[in-house]
Amino acid sequence: MPRRSDAVVRRGLRHVGRAIAEQPGIFALALLGSSLYGGMTVASAYVIGGVTDRVILPAFDEGATTAAALTLAAVVILAVAVLKIVGILGRRLFAGIMSFRLQADYRRRVTGQYLRLPLSWHQRHPTGQLLSNANSDVESAWFFVSPLPFACGAVVMIGMTVVALLLTDPLLAVVGFVVFPLVFVLNAVYSRAMSPRMARAQQLRAEVSEIAHESFDAALVVKTLGREADETARFAARATELRDGLVAVGRLRGLFDPLMEALPSLGTLAVLLVGAERVVAGTTAAGELVSIAYLFTLLALPIRAIGWVLADLPRALAGFDRVTPVLEATGRTAHGPDPAPGGQRGAALGLRDVGFGYDGAARSILQGVTFEVAAGRTLAVVGPTGAGKSTLAGLLVRLVDPRTGEVLLDGVDLRRLREGEVSSEVAFVAQSTFLFDDTVRDNVTLGAPYDDEQVHAALRIAAAEDFVARLPAGLDTRVGERGASLSGGQRQRLALARAVVRRPRLLVLDDATSAVDPAVEARILDALRAADRPVTVVVVAYRQATIALADEVVWLADGRLVDRGSHAELLARVPGYAQLVRAYQPPEPDAPDRQPAEARA
Amino acid sequence: MSRAEEPLLAADRRPEGAFATLRRGLRMMPEFRSGLPVTFLLALVATAGRVVVPVAVQQTLDRGLAGPGGPDLPLVRELVLGSALVVVLTGVAVHRMNVRLFRTTETALAGLRVRAFRHVHDLSVLHQQGQRRGSLVSRVTSDVDQLSVFMQWGGVLGLVSLGQLVVATVVMAVYSWQLTLLVLVCFLPLGVAVRFFARRLAHAYGIVRERVGDVLAAVGESVVGAPTVRAYGIRARTAARIDRAIDRHYRASVDAQKVTAGVYVSGELVAAIANAAVVVVGVLLGVGGQISAGTLVAFLFLVTLFVAPVQTASEVLNEAQNAIAGFRRVLDVLDTEPDVRDPAAGRSLPPGPLDVRFEHVGFSYVPGGRKALDDVDLTVPARTRVAIVGETGSGKTTFAKLVTRLMDPTEGRVLLGGVPLAEVAFASLRERVVMVPQDGFLFDASVADNVRYGRPGLTDDQVVAAFAELGLEAWVEGLPAGVATPVGQRGESLSAGERQLVAVARAYVADPDLLVLDEATSAVDPATEMRLASALDTLTDGRTTLTIAHRLSTAERADEVLVVDAGRVVQRGPHAALVDAPGPYARLHASWRRSSGRQPEPDPVG
Repeated sequence: MPRRSDAVVRRGLRHVGRAIAEQPGIFALALLGSSLYGGMTVASAYVIGGVTDRVILPAFDEGATTAAALTLAAVVILAVAVLKIVGILGRRLFAGIMSFRLQADYRRRVTGQYLRLPLSWHQRHPTGQLLSNANSDVESAWFFVSPLPFACGAVVMIGMTVVALLLTDPLLAVVGFVVFPLVFVLNAVYSRAMSPRMARAQQLRAEVSEIAHESFDAALVVKTLGREADETARFAARATELRDGLVAVGRLRGLFDPLMEALPSLGTLAVLLVGAERVVAGTTAAGELVSIAYLFTLLALPIRAIGWVLADLPRALAGFDRVTPVLEATGRTAHGPDPAPGGQRGAALGLRDVGFGYDGAARSILQGVTFEVAAGRTLAVVGPTGAGKSTLAGLLVRLVDPRTGEVLLDGVDLRRLREGEVSSEVAFVAQSTFLFDDTVRDNVTLGAPYDDEQVHAALRIAAAEDFVARLPAGLDTRVGERGASLSGGQRQRLALARAVVRRPRLLVLDDATSAVDPAVEARILDALRAADRPVTVVVVAYRQATIALADEVVWLADGRLVDRGSHAELLARVPGYAQLVRAYQPPEPDAPDRQPAEARA
Repeated sequence: MSRAEEPLLAADRRPEGAFATLRRGLRMMPEFRSGLPVTFLLALVATAGRVVVPVAVQQTLDRGLAGPGGPDLPLVRELVLGSALVVVLTGVAVHRMNVRLFRTTETALAGLRVRAFRHVHDLSVLHQQGQRRGSLVSRVTSDVDQLSVFMQWGGVLGLVSLGQLVVATVVMAVYSWQLTLLVLVCFLPLGVAVRFFARRLAHAYGIVRERVGDVLAAVGESVVGAPTVRAYGIRARTAARIDRAIDRHYRASVDAQKVTAGVYVSGELVAAIANAAVVVVGVLLGVGGQISAGTLVAFLFLVTLFVAPVQTASEVLNEAQNAIAGFRRVLDVLDTEPDVRDPAAGRSLPPGPLDVRFEHVGFSYVPGGRKALDDVDLTVPARTRVAIVGETGSGKTTFAKLVTRLMDPTEGRVLLGGVPLAEVAFASLRERVVMVPQDGFLFDASVADNVRYGRPGLTDDQVVAAFAELGLEAWVEGLPAGVATPVGQRGESLSAGERQLVAVARAYVADPDLLVLDEATSAVDPATEMRLASALDTLTDGRTTLTIAHRLSTAERADEVLVVDAGRVVQRGPHAALVDAPGPYARLHASWRRSSGRQPEPDPVG
């Protein structure tokens, strides 16, 4: 996000406020722990001072000590330490819980959005980006919360130290008033300078990762064309840029770290300088000087914690800035108030002047498509590669909404139907099948209450029963990520069974039977269309056997519905159609297949 | 990727200690070793600054305020100024050390990253186990990133802490060896417990990592399977699955946090015990006249210096383990022998069209497992067009992968133009033999750029001409910006069939002498496919073509058909001779005729 860098600190502090506002209770507990820790740290300095004044110095002066004095010293030191430990435990546990809660919470919100937002939104966002939004970006956004209570506790400690300084000696307090504000100023300057460098490094990391993803996915192409060296050069160029980016980050951090370390040391030395004069002047006791010096040493770590939070804020903001568009994305699929008309027969389908194009793209994919499919009829959608067939199929199940016109189910615009109505009436099998990393049964039922008998019946219709029976655990076999353990044809048949088991009133098959034998395909459609409630079917197909199963065919070319009719009619009327479906006829040298007359033969 | 599964690479199996990994890493990252001594020297100087403050306190108390001649303020001033100078010098040393360390580690890691990337391309898991590609990607991305983050934070911290521990111990010993011994004894149990702590931490964070994998898998399903989730209205169910994974990850993280906090405070407790012990014993020693008050006070300061690195170590411990585990995964990539390697003194293929010879070739993906190809022995003469047909899983694709040497046969050998493939230099092989896979991956660039991938340096006009030669000029003209049209990520702006057209054009411009098409046009519409096929036929005159056929129209036009079944070539001959002979080909072809509508169509129902 290109924002002015001087706003980083302000935005960062607002982000801190957001974290606290989201988890106030846990933060309070963590702060309590941190304050206990802080108080005990200050106390331990005074214990050392007190022990110096009351036990050590007298003992050394007098050359003798008592067991009681020593025991007391030891007990006090240990008691303070135990309380400090309780403080640390509280601080760390609750800080951790706070950070993890925020992360879990935002992951739920982000993934909730993924499920709510329409498919058109998904199509605009690469998978890798969505995964990192839900994972690493959320983590970066709230990672700083872990040291936050520590840092807030450190602020408390600094406050206590200043008070202690004032009470001990106002002149010594001046040292504190110089050192502590300097800590904050340095941190602010650092954050501002670091922010753009960090963002750049993060951006380069993402780019390196993108190249690796793309190049490895393209492995076969890279290898078979022998382009490994070029790919490596492409990767190396970006990896080198990333290295330079990280070195730039390192340079700054390498400067900041020693500065932050030197400050408390120099503070301690200043205390010694001023304090020694005050001791000589008699206004301060030696023990008090030791306490203050010790306190400065102990403050070194908590002061770093402030630095950790501030230093991590640019990264947190960058992560949050990447998550925010997801959370704020609108354009979720709006659902209407109506129930689906329902019924026992297949659904009637109608398209009226439907047009579609991706947002911002000039190329319109569909234009003015109008047709109707009567209940229980089967329609084949045929057209050349890139004609818009898959887009049309997606419109019928409301994966996307048309830019113009309307899609009607039983006369009702899909957009007027309540959520869940379309999917309860319509089943869709996509060109590339998707299986969940789950059992065969769950992949068919998708959690709906179908019994094993129904699942088996669906598998039988989809010609999947035999191979499922041969799987090690039958219906309970896990299919692996994306169904990795199955072949393409097996995956396709499970996806078909998933549609069949639902007994939908409209079935949309987008070239979903390409890996299935034509006989099986015919059997599936027969089983669905026969019986008591013949289903309406829209099938996108190239195969003539599939087309032959349809009552009617629409010919789609360049996003327009060019013609519709029976297979024979289209063969006669549409040269492109004849060419396509008869492409596999043995070529006849004297009759070029462009001639429509041939179709009548 | 999170579940316990077979290790991805052979090298992953080996158990290895942290130090062994570091040694292996140093061997493999020559850039890292350069200038390391100077960096260590600077680290040592850096720690000096941390000791100077307690020494100054001691000197001020003992000599400045309680000196024999009364308070000596000028001495205190000198002391403080001298110490301040040391602090500043130390700061400069730390700065120099940091910069050196960041530069060398980042350079070394970038080198490691690039070498691992190059090496991954040589590993056959990359194309054989597509679903586990993500794990390979993480080895050149997040694993290296984690190392880099650790080095910028934990590495410096660890180095300085180590130095601080040594220097603090030495200075403590100078002040009082008895007290030093006492402190060391107090910390002894902690040293013993470190191994136990490390195991607990490793276990807790191992579970966290597994849960992260589960979250990613669940989210991935909802994103990749977005159309399915919507079409089947299973949003609530999917959300519940994701939420469950997120919850489990949350709980595992909190559990791990408990362990970390426990480990951290054990250091704090030991420090307090050491402090109390030092006061008690120190006073007793002081009463005995063995140490001064200033020494004892300075010693208490020094103990905090000694404790800090111990606590830092407990903070860094877990990150270090993670980083080392990531380091190991990257090194394992480099240590995995490529199954197929470029021969050292490779031969070139003879010029002109190539014949293909399989000599009793057998192949199985798992050693001793089912044979994907079994005793295949045949010759394909140069300039012939051969179609390979068979059921899914019969071994057709294995055939293609052996000819292109994506894999080496487990038995027998493959020869091209009379030269055994294993002896052919990759440069010659990849120039002369090109395969178009079913999923012809497209890069996120223009159509022209993707075609140029086959022959760098082609102009846009030449790309257009290539499409025209393939009979695809109409398709190109229909694109919004012609060949300059961007194809989107993975070519997703194009349809599956259009992607295949670009992939074929890409192979075509590479102008190979042996062209292997593995169902390269399975998603293209029949009319376009046939136009493309006849264009390829005329254009490929004079080269050898192996086509793995999805649609038997290809077999009909081929000079010869190879029918593969269960890893064996069961029939071979021209289409005309096979189609009427009883056997698998006749059956396959009958089924194909039915589906392509070349037989009387079944009566439409309804």
